[in-house]
Amino acid sequence: MKHLTEYRDADRARMIAAAIGREALPERRYRIMEFCGGHTHAIFRYGLQDLLPGNVEMVHGPGCPVCVLPAGRLDMAMRIAEMPGVILATYGDMMRVPGEKGRSLLKAKAEGADIRMVYSAADAVALARDNPERQIVFLAIGFETTTPPTALAIRQAKAEGLANFSVFVNHVLTPAALAAILGQSDDKDADDRDMVEIDGILGPSHVSVITGYEPYEFATKAYGKPVVIAGFEPVDVLQSILMVVRQLNEQRCEVENQYIRAVGTGGNAIARKLMADMFERRQSFEWRGLGWIADSALKLRPEWQAFDAELRFDVAYRSLAETKSCECPAILRGQKKPVDCKLFAKACTPETPLGACMVSAEGSCAAYYTYGRHREAAA
Amino acid sequence: MNVLAFPKGKPMARGSERVEMSHGAGGRAMQRLIADVFHAAFDNAELARGEDQAVLPVAAGRIAMSTDTFVISPLFFPGGDIGALAVNGTVNDVAMSGATPLWLSAGFIIEEGFAIDDLKRIAQSMARAAKAAGVTIVTGDTKVVERGKGDGVFINTAGVGIGAPDIPLGAARIEAGDAILVSGTVGDHGVAIMAHRAGLQFETTIESDCAPLNGLIAALMASGARVKALRDPTRGGLSATLNEFAQAASLGIGIIEEAIPVRAEVFGACELLGLDPINVANEGKLVAVVDARDADAALAAMRAHPLGQEAAIIGTAHADPHHFVTMRTRIGGQRMIDWLSGDPLPRIC
Repeated sequence: MKHLTEYRDADRARMIAAAIGREALPERRYRIMEFCGGHTHAIFRYGLQDLLPGNVEMVHGPGCPVCVLPAGRLDMAMRIAEMPGVILATYGDMMRVPGEKGRSLLKAKAEGADIRMVYSAADAVALARDNPERQIVFLAIGFETTTPPTALAIRQAKAEGLANFSVFVNHVLTPAALAAILGQSDDKDADDRDMVEIDGILGPSHVSVITGYEPYEFATKAYGKPVVIAGFEPVDVLQSILMVVRQLNEQRCEVENQYIRAVGTGGNAIARKLMADMFERRQSFEWRGLGWIADSALKLRPEWQAFDAELRFDVAYRSLAETKSCECPAILRGQKKPVDCKLFAKACTPETPLGACMVSAEGSCAAYYTYGRHREAAA
Repeated sequence: MNVLAFPKGKPMARGSERVEMSHGAGGRAMQRLIADVFHAAFDNAELARGEDQAVLPVAAGRIAMSTDTFVISPLFFPGGDIGALAVNGTVNDVAMSGATPLWLSAGFIIEEGFAIDDLKRIAQSMARAAKAAGVTIVTGDTKVVERGKGDGVFINTAGVGIGAPDIPLGAARIEAGDAILVSGTVGDHGVAIMAHRAGLQFETTIESDCAPLNGLIAALMASGARVKALRDPTRGGLSATLNEFAQAASLGIGIIEEAIPVRAEVFGACELLGLDPINVANEGKLVAVVDARDADAALAAMRAHPLGQEAAIIGTAHADPHHFVTMRTRIGGQRMIDWLSGDPLPRIC
């Protein structure tokens, strides 16, 4: 844990914050989007905004896999879970996410579906081993970070001949989301680009361990946004903000890496090969808050389809309407703040989430609600 | 309520090691179970009367009463078990009023097929906890439900204490300026349970802090410190208790992250599980709100007690129309401390 406390050191944090204060030019704004929910969580949990000068503003990005999973996919998971003999295994923070008409996995569980919380994909394989008479379906979600463990779990199940194991794949791709935010989505038009009010980006930390720098080059080249790959601890986040401020001041625009203790230029080639061997891109995938994005998600390759729960249980996707007057799409793009939404902290709270940004602790609305409401009250 | 009756039949035959439906049917089998398991463990004069109630002497003044039901899984965990928890939980709830807990009732809902040895282990653990807390289990009840309709065993305890202050301690007495103290490290119990459930291994086993707090409270009250409110931060942890206080007192509460004692291994487990120690349950800690002028005296009194050695002053109450609980973080920023919206669920990334 010593390693962790170093990156939470108050003196170091203050020193870096002071440097940001000195170097940020008073005549300009610095709107920096932190991509990951992990960053958002750290910013609010440690109150980092209080250490930044007023003209350095954090814009909260879409990098929360739980938040961006659309109600339609959750509905499929529930339909699978309700089939006789099925045990649905999932990560804990999926349990409360609202699907159609606010129905969550927790509610489905209360109604009798056998839904179990697991800490890893390997735990789901163990469930399959221990319950040969049941069908174990692992609800796999996440960006590039959680995809390799899913691949390993499937390989393990195959090696053990566990015919009762399958995976409901919802893995999504970071660059596609970033591109959508920056206006490069399917339905892009010229105006879209002007609407994205961000000057620089804190890039994903754990995801980049797998992907390396390359997937973010387009943000610097096509959109002129500096990217700094940033760790999740408070000292990491502050140092990365300083690096973005410096790039902007020096009119540089490149992919830099603050998280050097974990991220190498090329990422993890073995993990990427594992992913490439087992998964291929879906033509298009719907994201909560961002809509349909081409080439933004993964599915199992034909040779692995025996493990595909969508095929095994024959469930089809249907798109479900999002809550009207929910501002999540604009919030996820950095165009609005949670408090700009009429529903925020009134109809939409962590107990009764209506939109993507409120469903997981890492969503920006949930972080605002849980950690930041005192700020609005004081303002 | 059936009393835990005096033994009437023969001791239970060897081989009948599991609870059967007949053990709850009111006949001989039930009498034997009660005698062998509960009476043997709780043995005292009130139970020995064999009546359907306990009759207890009270002096003039006020009594404090509380009840709690325990439905935990696993039943046995590092640092305790459901039995110790059922005694200490109710002892603590009664003691938080400032009263001296004396008597408990114990109700058991047992699932058919539950191992009698485990039931004995639980009853003996309750007896030890009661002795340590200075309370007597004076009445009780046993029910058996069919297999699949319970989760091993559920226990309800109710407790009565005497000598409650005329103006009971409580959140409504908290005023702006009062100091907030916590009696020791937070998060131990919840993390012990979750780490055990998740099969997490650390260099040292994280143990539950399950303990009776009436002795610590007596020491605190004897110090003469003007104590306004006491509460044990069980489910929802420190953050829930502070929010309850802020709401009930119509005040804001500000705490300092650095001042909150957290065990290194609990901190580590919380990092792994994606939890915050201040949201995690405790079973042997209390939060005390005292007049600021007496904060140091209260701290000294708590630290002088074996269960309060790591006590700390963690913050103060102040006027705030929003009744927010806020925390100055280690890094120097401010954040809100909110209630949890449900069970603390681990984050995935």
